[in-house]
Amino acid sequence: MASLITAAEPEPSATPRLLRRLARNRLALLGGLVVLAFVTVAVLAPVLAPYDPVKSNWLAVRKPPSADFWLGTDDLGRDILSRLIWGARASLLAGVVSVAIAVLAGVPLGVLAACAGGWVDGLASRLTDALLACPFLILAIALAAFLGPSLTNAMIAIGVSATPIFIRLARGQTMAVLAEDHVLGARAVGCPQRRIVLVYVLPNIAAPILVQATLAIAAAIIAEASLSFLGLGQQPPAPSWGSMLNTAKNFMSQAPWMAVSPGLAIGLVVLAFNLLGDGLRDALDPREG
Amino acid sequence: MLAAIAARLVLAVPTLLLVTVVVFSLQLLLPGDPALALAGEERDPEAIAAIRAQYHLDRPIPVQYLIWLGGLLRGDLGTSLKTGLPVGELIASKLPVTIELALLAMAIALAIGIPAGVLAAVKKGGPLDAAANFVALAGISIPNFWLGIMLILLVSVHWGLLPASGYTSPFEDPLRNLQTMIMPAFVLGTGIAAVMMRHTRSAMLTVLRQDYVRTARAAGLPERRVIGRHALKNALLPVVTLGTLEFGTLLSGAVLTEQVFTIPGFGKLVVDAVFTRDYPVVQGVVLCAGLGFVLMSLLADILYVVLNPRLRT
Repeated sequence: MASLITAAEPEPSATPRLLRRLARNRLALLGGLVVLAFVTVAVLAPVLAPYDPVKSNWLAVRKPPSADFWLGTDDLGRDILSRLIWGARASLLAGVVSVAIAVLAGVPLGVLAACAGGWVDGLASRLTDALLACPFLILAIALAAFLGPSLTNAMIAIGVSATPIFIRLARGQTMAVLAEDHVLGARAVGCPQRRIVLVYVLPNIAAPILVQATLAIAAAIIAEASLSFLGLGQQPPAPSWGSMLNTAKNFMSQAPWMAVSPGLAIGLVVLAFNLLGDGLRDALDPREG
Repeated sequence: MLAAIAARLVLAVPTLLLVTVVVFSLQLLLPGDPALALAGEERDPEAIAAIRAQYHLDRPIPVQYLIWLGGLLRGDLGTSLKTGLPVGELIASKLPVTIELALLAMAIALAIGIPAGVLAAVKKGGPLDAAANFVALAGISIPNFWLGIMLILLVSVHWGLLPASGYTSPFEDPLRNLQTMIMPAFVLGTGIAAVMMRHTRSAMLTVLRQDYVRTARAAGLPERRVIGRHALKNALLPVVTLGTLEFGTLLSGAVLTEQVFTIPGFGKLVVDAVFTRDYPVVQGVVLCAGLGFVLMSLLADILYVVLNPRLRT
């Protein structure tokens, strides 16, 4: 019996090996550094921003980039660089919080569906299919419309829209773990279901969930920018990259600089998260050696 | 083959039913009394009572759902709160514009994505592969509404080559229609092209490792024929099915693209409905998008069975 219990102990963590593989991937490292840079900018926004991001300056309306205003000013004379720096907070916060909502809702549901099986699994799978059938942004727009436009509601809407991906992933991964020999062994010696989930399932499904979460943050940042662009996310005068673009599109011939930097910032941070996510996925793929 | 298709048809029914549950549940999110929310500015008690009766808000929620579902099955998607027109009619009038945009975007995506994917796979590990991968990743990362704004700035404002916004029906003026649609279609198509490129590259790499490709090469067939006739033909199978599943991305992208280029389609309808608090229209659009996605998934499944000779028996 003792040997059986020993045999049923989980495998040692593969984290150091994962980090070594990740460190060998230059693009993933670059992605990670860019993400880190954006996080630093968002955290230090009050220190880094040269001007108040919401205060209008009627003497500096739509000024092109200059020594005083590095990225120019907008239609209300606000410094674009300062709004860009503060906007990083809204974008990163939306990305992280909405994905946290999706993970916290989706992973337990997926694990539950896989462990319970039967009609619970059937219902969860069909509900996941139904949620996945509604295009991500259209569902997020509808949710934001019914909940009311605000950054918090946009994060909830994006989180709910992203949940089915995590239900499906957690369900599939849990089923694979439950079929492994060491878990079958643990079951055979009477290990309770809760312990199996906590000791065997969750640590083993954490890595693919992390990869998906990294890629989902990229999608969530674009979704938040899209909702803010449509007027359903961060509300004026609070800065957000999407709402800056929404304003910029009305002044394209008079102040083209208003549109350039917010879009570049969104593209860069999303690209960085995608590179990091791709790198993590490759590092976790056993075929990559 | 028919049994496999029938099984997929049967599986689509509960999914469709649950899509209706999801769409119906949206109205439960309205804060406070839904009758007041639906009434908008209207505060006349009689008008509010009429709304309550019209939407059966005094009945239990499951009964409300069944009444609503019954209406759907009769083709009644409700009435627009702002225009008073049937929601189905409104959607039907806007849908052709979005379908045209989506088809043009898909054509552009295929024209860019498939050759780029083939080239990246054939030159795997080389600078061309790296460049194609990076461009694809950038295509996925750059928000299409920003790309739209930048193109308007460059092509319309600076060069004056194409109109920045508006729409002309192809039946009125085909050339003007193409002029107004080509830039939005390109913007919408680039994101899908990036996804297509990745799918094609991955499928081609799998196929290029197969024995029959090695045999074709060993038999001395020219490389162009090995790639074009033997490898690509088989690699396109998963690309076709995965491409069908990009329908959702197309619709989501269309919402933003139509907003940037002021195209009066399905996406603009939903955004306008959101700001006028026209909830039945929002629900109708989500329902149609969900229905469309389920049908496209079904089409993808059927195409996979039809195109794959091993599943035909």
